[in-house]
Amino acid sequence: MNWISNYVRPKINSLFSRREVPENLWTKCPECGTMLFHRELADNLNVCTSCDHHMAITPRDRFKALFDGGIFTEVKVPEPLADPLHFRDQKKYPERIKAAQKATGEKDAMLVAEGEIARTPVVCVGQDFAFMGGSMGMYVGNAIIAGAERAVKLKRPMILFSAAGGARMQEGILSLMQMPRTTVAVEMLKEAGLPYIVVLTHPTTGGVTASYAMLGDVQIAEPNALICFAGPRVIEQTIREKLPEGFQRAEYLLDHGMLDRVTHRKDLRDELVTILRMLTRQGPAVKGDLPAPAAETPAAPEAAKAEAARK
Amino acid sequence: MNYLEFEKPLAEIEGKAEELRALARGNPEMDISKEAEALDRKAESLLKDLYKDLTPWRKCQVARHPDRPHCKDYIDALFTEYTALAGDRNFADDHAVMGGLARFNDMPVVVIGHEKGNDTKSRIERNFGMARPEGYRKAIRLMELAHRFGLPVITLVDTPGAYPGKGAEERGQAEAIARSTQKCLEIGVPLISIIIGEGGSGGAVAFATADRIAMLEHSIYSVISPEGCASILWKDAEKMREAAEALRLTAQDLQKLGVVDRIVSEPVGGAQRGRKETIAAVGSAIEAMLKELSGKKPVDLVKSRRQKFLDMGSKGLAA
Repeated sequence: MNWISNYVRPKINSLFSRREVPENLWTKCPECGTMLFHRELADNLNVCTSCDHHMAITPRDRFKALFDGGIFTEVKVPEPLADPLHFRDQKKYPERIKAAQKATGEKDAMLVAEGEIARTPVVCVGQDFAFMGGSMGMYVGNAIIAGAERAVKLKRPMILFSAAGGARMQEGILSLMQMPRTTVAVEMLKEAGLPYIVVLTHPTTGGVTASYAMLGDVQIAEPNALICFAGPRVIEQTIREKLPEGFQRAEYLLDHGMLDRVTHRKDLRDELVTILRMLTRQGPAVKGDLPAPAAETPAAPEAAKAEAARK
Repeated sequence: MNYLEFEKPLAEIEGKAEELRALARGNPEMDISKEAEALDRKAESLLKDLYKDLTPWRKCQVARHPDRPHCKDYIDALFTEYTALAGDRNFADDHAVMGGLARFNDMPVVVIGHEKGNDTKSRIERNFGMARPEGYRKAIRLMELAHRFGLPVITLVDTPGAYPGKGAEERGQAEAIARSTQKCLEIGVPLISIIIGEGGSGGAVAFATADRIAMLEHSIYSVISPEGCASILWKDAEKMREAAEALRLTAQDLQKLGVVDRIVSEPVGGAQRGRKETIAAVGSAIEAMLKELSGKKPVDLVKSRRQKFLDMGSKGLAA
């Protein structure tokens, strides 16, 4: 008993409680400089309360805000081979992965979940920029494929939130091969007649933009998100001139016909549900916060059918 | 002949032999044949040594060699009745991408490829083989055409990558690449790709998401150029040798990884020293790969192409 309460329990507690106490209660908005209290910022989905600047949000936090009652089930992602090329730059790749896992508490840069949003069953895939810049390697590819397969199996739409610097160089050609691999996942959804909505968040660049992030049936971006293939610095070096204000930002892409909508994070949930329910020919959604679905509640399409039958 | 940096000792020997012969032409009574032949033999064995075991960075240099046969050379030599089809029906025709109808061994096909150009004027016209969105959209249109009329598609990949320009970005470069890759995965006709020089990142994938992928012995295929990788991961563009090593971008490593199906041998000293043999070898490889795919049903082609990519990378270097 002593050994357990004196040694094991504190050890376990220290493992789990570390993330409970934020080191810094205040965050400075990188855009307007306002100091934001962490709880207020979290309640506002990491959007600056003073200038509406959209800061990064982890997929886990996003999903908590998105799904009814904050409840979702993670979809298992098949583990790829670790470090397939035995890559080493200034650090070994496995060391970089371990450091990122420790810093984020996540396995890799993609989280896949199923659940209901406003009683609309969906599969959500969220990219985590905090994990090695959200970079696309085998795991990210596997996650998107797993998400698409799950969506096809459950006959649900898929929503993908992108955020990445591009391909994960440490996986070399295999990271590049995630472009066709994830495109196969998009094809699965397309052939099953399921909507695939992409929400592009800051930043979405490189091979990610040039594959699954640009192949949505509907393309939505968060305000001011950088969205491009070649980044502004590379272009400036090539053409040796200054780029116009707002170049490659969400609003610029909207103006150039590359997006359907630019939507504030606080309006995203309602908008996604509205679009999805129309695309899947379901009735209008119940608006507002909803508790988690009861375990026995039938999935929404069946509910809709039952409702239609009653009429 | 353009000599690469690592070929300098060879250039010296060949230069000496040439000098000697020039001298003899001026003095007919001088007998230099023995010395000249000795130098030739020395050059030959040095060339063999240099190319026996090229480092990844040297392979990059060979893959980019200006005297290598380019897309147009292959089309001229291996295809008949080549009829270029231009334009993306949206904005422009991209001269970095060649494409059209042609016959390969009398069989009508669609051929698409990046062309780098071979002198200053044509290089500028071809934008050094860097496609803009119009190039991918032209390719999409041609693949669609091939699909509708049941013609196999052959793509020749040779690009440093997509063009990092303002207009290219404004006109949706990323979307164009994504759609081209998607089209590759949709067409119900045999799709064969040969990487003849540089397979640069997304610009290459857009054409090389194929049933069969072959690579020339000294060509490269990579997610990023070694220089780009070095400047990001090593914070020093001069570390390109290390980056080239780490990226595993050679045909030999890519075959081990299961990304490439077949390697086409180059003559000693690289494709630039035996353009004809190289082109002929590529022709035989195309023929063999077409044969492997002949008679397959459209649905089966699409299904196995997708499965090929889904399975890719699961075995690492042991594939």
